[in-house]
Amino acid sequence: MTTTKPARRENPMSWRTGAGIAGPPWKGAVREYDLFKELTIGLVAVILLVLAASALFGSPDDKAVSLKSWAVAQPSDFVATATAELAGTSETAGYGPPYNSTPGATQTLGPIDLQTLAGVKLPIDTAQAFVLGPLSSLPTPPSGVATWKAASDAQRTAWTDAYAKALDKAKNHDPANVAAGDYGPVPALMRTLLTMAKQGSLDSVISAQGKFYNLDYTPAILFMGDGAYLNDLAAGLHLSGDQWGMMNETGNYPGQSWLWLFSFFYQIEPFASLPNADIVVVVLVAVLTLALMLVPFIPGLRSIPRVIPIHRLVWRDYYRRR
Amino acid sequence: MTAPTREQVTQHPTENEIEPFSTWTGRARRWMLKKLPPDKLLPESQPSYVASWIYVFGMGAIASLAVVIASGLVLSLNGPSWWHVSDLGHFVNSTHLWSVEFFFLFMVVHLWGKFWMAAWRGGRVLTWITGVLSFAVGIAAAFTGYLLQSNFESQWISFEAKDALNAAGIGAWFNVANLGQMFTWHIVLLPLGVGAIVALHVILVRMHGVVSPIDAAETDAQLANTKEASE
Repeated sequence: MTTTKPARRENPMSWRTGAGIAGPPWKGAVREYDLFKELTIGLVAVILLVLAASALFGSPDDKAVSLKSWAVAQPSDFVATATAELAGTSETAGYGPPYNSTPGATQTLGPIDLQTLAGVKLPIDTAQAFVLGPLSSLPTPPSGVATWKAASDAQRTAWTDAYAKALDKAKNHDPANVAAGDYGPVPALMRTLLTMAKQGSLDSVISAQGKFYNLDYTPAILFMGDGAYLNDLAAGLHLSGDQWGMMNETGNYPGQSWLWLFSFFYQIEPFASLPNADIVVVVLVAVLTLALMLVPFIPGLRSIPRVIPIHRLVWRDYYRRR
Repeated sequence: MTAPTREQVTQHPTENEIEPFSTWTGRARRWMLKKLPPDKLLPESQPSYVASWIYVFGMGAIASLAVVIASGLVLSLNGPSWWHVSDLGHFVNSTHLWSVEFFFLFMVVHLWGKFWMAAWRGGRVLTWITGVLSFAVGIAAAFTGYLLQSNFESQWISFEAKDALNAAGIGAWFNVANLGQMFTWHIVLLPLGVGAIVALHVILVRMHGVVSPIDAAETDAQLANTKEASE
């Protein structure tokens, strides 16, 4: 006796080829269609739209800031940051990979530590790259460089700690108002570095890092980011991470509104306060993007379009004439 | 000699009618002709249900992408500083920005439209996947463009964005503060990626045709009447 398997009931929302009449080529009524004509009309319409928007709204171009503009606008912030770079206490100095191997600095997801796995690929010694290197590039380097290099680690730490505290207590945090103390060569080094920055030579020295050709602005960006100047300017333009800054643009422009979901998680708890917020948000957005990509395979999700009948609007003419 | 009729031009050769190719090239041609015959690639008709404004947004996104590429080409040929010092350069930069904005606007409407139409039905899953993928790769391409502006915004974005990329372990190869790397990503790798995925997406749309209405049935007037007429 032969038994026939009962025909499998097709889910009309399935991605499979055999799902209803969606799979085989359409055998019903057709209407005339001109692909090239539609493309040409579309292109002309978009060009006109783009030209009109460009003429009406233009595009933003806020001038780049520099170590020079920082040193001139906020010398005390510049000196405080440079002192932290020399001491190895700045954000960059303790960042971890890819800049250095500071223990415990990486963002992990349970046992997964992609940051450490990637390794220290862009090594930056903040004291050398941002302070001692540029000062040593001068025709007559300040004698304090040699004094600093000859000192023990403990002595260096004592000098920079004392100077950083004194700067913090000084009126307006101004290096000129720092009380007398045992800071070793640190104040002299900072004075010369500030002068270099104000004159504009520090920008090129830090960007070049001893080379002629350069397209890598990592050192200068990290140095500026360690201070308050760049962050304050960005916050004033609503560009900080907690101000939806990831999708905002300078001026009144739409910006990268397509990053709204990525930006959204930085605005809400518990994500906003997590010490590993970046890796958590990256993974979350990656999973959600993957879910969107795989909607056709996810029961329930793939049936939403049938339950909420927006398709009735799209094909209203078809359904009316059924 | 008389010109071939439309029926002759659009007639699909059956597998038996195509000569049995022995070379790889011949077999590839046979496979391609079978999967995407010329009248499917460049159709002169569409199913009657393809009659809504929602259908223009896919074409709008492709047209915008063409303007994005053209304006980007002009910007890249003139170098990264040109648009800061030239009024024409600034205007071309504006067209690049706005064509990107329209590209995403049209693509998002297209994507949501296709979601509500459940356009993955009937073997169109790869069309859906390539559509979402082109959106994701497009986001990366646009992001790198913001880093190439060489102004305050690119400085700030590179400082702020490095943390997520470093945490994901890709900060050294996708170093947002390295202008040279970002140029490679923005004007070579990512445009090639978007272009290739969009091309594949369009080919898949042409191969499978536009998805029929949800719950459409053989008994619907637009199918049944045509069948009756042909019988």
